[in-house]
Amino acid sequence: MFALIRILFAAGLVVAPMSIAAAADSIEIHLGYLHRTEHKETISLLDLPAGNNGLAGAHLGIEDNNTTGKFLNQHFDLQEVRLSEKDDAGAAAVDLAQKGIRFVLVDLLPDAVLKAADAGRDRGLLLFNVGATDDRLREHDCRADVIHVAPTRSMLADGLAQYLVWKQWRRWLLVVGSHDNDKLYADALRRAAGRFGAKIVQERMFEDTGGARRTDSGIVQIQRQIPVFTQQAPAYDVLVAADESEVFAAYLPYRTWDARPVAGSAGLIPTSWDASHDQWGAVQLQNRFMKSFSRRMTALDMQAWSAVRMVGESASRTQSGDEKAIAAFLKGPDFALAAFKGRKLTLRDWNLQLRQPVLLADGRTVVSVSPQEGFLHPVTELDTLGYDRPETKCRLQ
Amino acid sequence: MPAAVNEMRGMTRSFVLGALLPLLFVAPASAFTAYVSNEKGNTVTVIDTDKMAAVKTIKVGQRPRGIELTRDGRFVMVAVGDDDTIQMIDTKTGEIAGTLPSGPDPELFILDPSGKLLYVANENDNTVTIIDVEQRTRVGDVQVGVEPEGMGMSPDGKVLVNTSETTNMAHFIDTQTHQIVANVLVDSRPRFAEFKRDGSELWVSAEVGGTVSVIDPAKRQVTKKIGFEIAGLRQEAIQPVGIALTKDGKTGFVALGPANRIAVVDAATHEVKKYLLVGQRVWHMAFTPDEKYLLTTNGVSNDVSVIDVAALKVIKTIQVGELPWGIAIAAQ
Repeated sequence: MFALIRILFAAGLVVAPMSIAAAADSIEIHLGYLHRTEHKETISLLDLPAGNNGLAGAHLGIEDNNTTGKFLNQHFDLQEVRLSEKDDAGAAAVDLAQKGIRFVLVDLLPDAVLKAADAGRDRGLLLFNVGATDDRLREHDCRADVIHVAPTRSMLADGLAQYLVWKQWRRWLLVVGSHDNDKLYADALRRAAGRFGAKIVQERMFEDTGGARRTDSGIVQIQRQIPVFTQQAPAYDVLVAADESEVFAAYLPYRTWDARPVAGSAGLIPTSWDASHDQWGAVQLQNRFMKSFSRRMTALDMQAWSAVRMVGESASRTQSGDEKAIAAFLKGPDFALAAFKGRKLTLRDWNLQLRQPVLLADGRTVVSVSPQEGFLHPVTELDTLGYDRPETKCRLQ
Repeated sequence: MPAAVNEMRGMTRSFVLGALLPLLFVAPASAFTAYVSNEKGNTVTVIDTDKMAAVKTIKVGQRPRGIELTRDGRFVMVAVGDDDTIQMIDTKTGEIAGTLPSGPDPELFILDPSGKLLYVANENDNTVTIIDVEQRTRVGDVQVGVEPEGMGMSPDGKVLVNTSETTNMAHFIDTQTHQIVANVLVDSRPRFAEFKRDGSELWVSAEVGGTVSVIDPAKRQVTKKIGFEIAGLRQEAIQPVGIALTKDGKTGFVALGPANRIAVVDAATHEVKKYLLVGQRVWHMAFTPDEKYLLTTNGVSNDVSVIDVAALKVIKTIQVGELPWGIAIAAQ
């Protein structure tokens, strides 16, 4: 049956995949999930990641793929590998390749993503970066065997900036954490301010002096520290915080010296997903997730779900489990993913970044979704978010 | 724009006239009643198509979307997804007269040609539920793909077609055996399925894919994909949902969602002939039984556009409730 379909395709006899009847042997498509042991400290108890953060999204994607796969004779499975601090991501990737796995989701730090990519390249691995938002992985450190499902810091910052500018909150007080990832996020926010016409009236650094996130005396000191930290600022409309390390940003709302809204790492947060997102049919996915895992779906879960669905979508369109056919389809002009964001998601062919709208969530609801109306682009408004083709430093190889 | 203040005054008069007219006069060509489900308002707006005005608002359950009349015209069935049921509105009294055991989160549904069985897409658990309308009991389930939505019925009643939004397929279901007999891949997020009256074609819209697939129901193959291009609009704003085909099978209308337009398609050549500007985020459509008018539900602008089918012109806009979604038109 499948051979027949292929022959018909080759002969140009059908214009689209035709009806599919059950054949005897199912196509097995194996996926891997490579992640690290996470010890994340968060300011809010509500944000402490579950043990299966991300992985649960991948499992739901596998389940959805298999529901579709039963009509196409395709079956998907997922093998999880959790690395400890001393484990080598490259060796783990090779190990997965030797087990016959060709599609590997990676939730790793950027250097480990590159190690896995470089080790897996000659073994036919295709990686899906679901965790790292680092722009460099899509720019000068881009790889032809890594598809980026996670949005970049620049996409997130641009999505936020467009809304703040639309809101006429153009004067920003930027507060930056003292860790490297905080500084990278601040870079993206500065770039966004410049692109969309916001002005950073002043920058302040919030030094991480160590210490526990929560103590029994809790809010007493913070209530005094934050007003002092934010006083005597030039006139500003919104405080924008770059604190990926979760050291201070969540303490800012309601505690600033001036009565100002907070955005960035707290307050209004740009993200790929939020547990409160309910538009464009998202409730269905949220319900499925809740039913299966008894918790809410995070951005990392969504990025992993999307990666697994990208493989599933390409496998169903190509009627194939072959990684070359799937990769070619993914990178080709016909690929599109429906992911409850009001429009199709496609890949930027110059660096394999998934184009996607950015949700702006306040922790209770989705306040807005960028790109905002009026930010125009000759190809797609989604490319107003992040580094665009003319600026890219990526040379895929 | 109709003056809202006139609505209440017009309401009682229309009911009296509506009862007497058939006896006294030849009824005007457009004297029908349209029922519009308002997804956010939790109401159904009743429109008199003679006056082209809303004459009544009926409170229903949570998140009403799919809406149809029973064959005898006695009830309007409306899927209230967040209440996990289908409510039946008595068309004489305008009161809720009962519910149907639809299964969780019903969205769209379709009657078989006899009007006895109702097939319901349940988005939340990948099933199609089959209901005996008269007995108001559930008589079966069919497991389908992820997020079932669109429902089409072949004119002979032998084949039910369900589309699943995340699986991206049209599932062909044998209505005798309740087994899936074929699955046809279409573009992303298929939302609606409609057969031509002669059974020669099945049209399936893909909201995210931006196309309508024309399927040969005998071969169960996509034979043509209808694409849409509107000057000045990005492709991603073109999101086909509702489909309406004229009885003679010559003209198709496709609602393009946030493109705020209805595409008029020559159903023989499958070429788009015209785009009609309607309200914002147009979801679904229904013809008046004489096919003189086509009414569209415009989700974001809270109104219904009236299209003159012969002239292919939008002639009127009627304010309805919050986020209108589905529409059904009764012969009375």
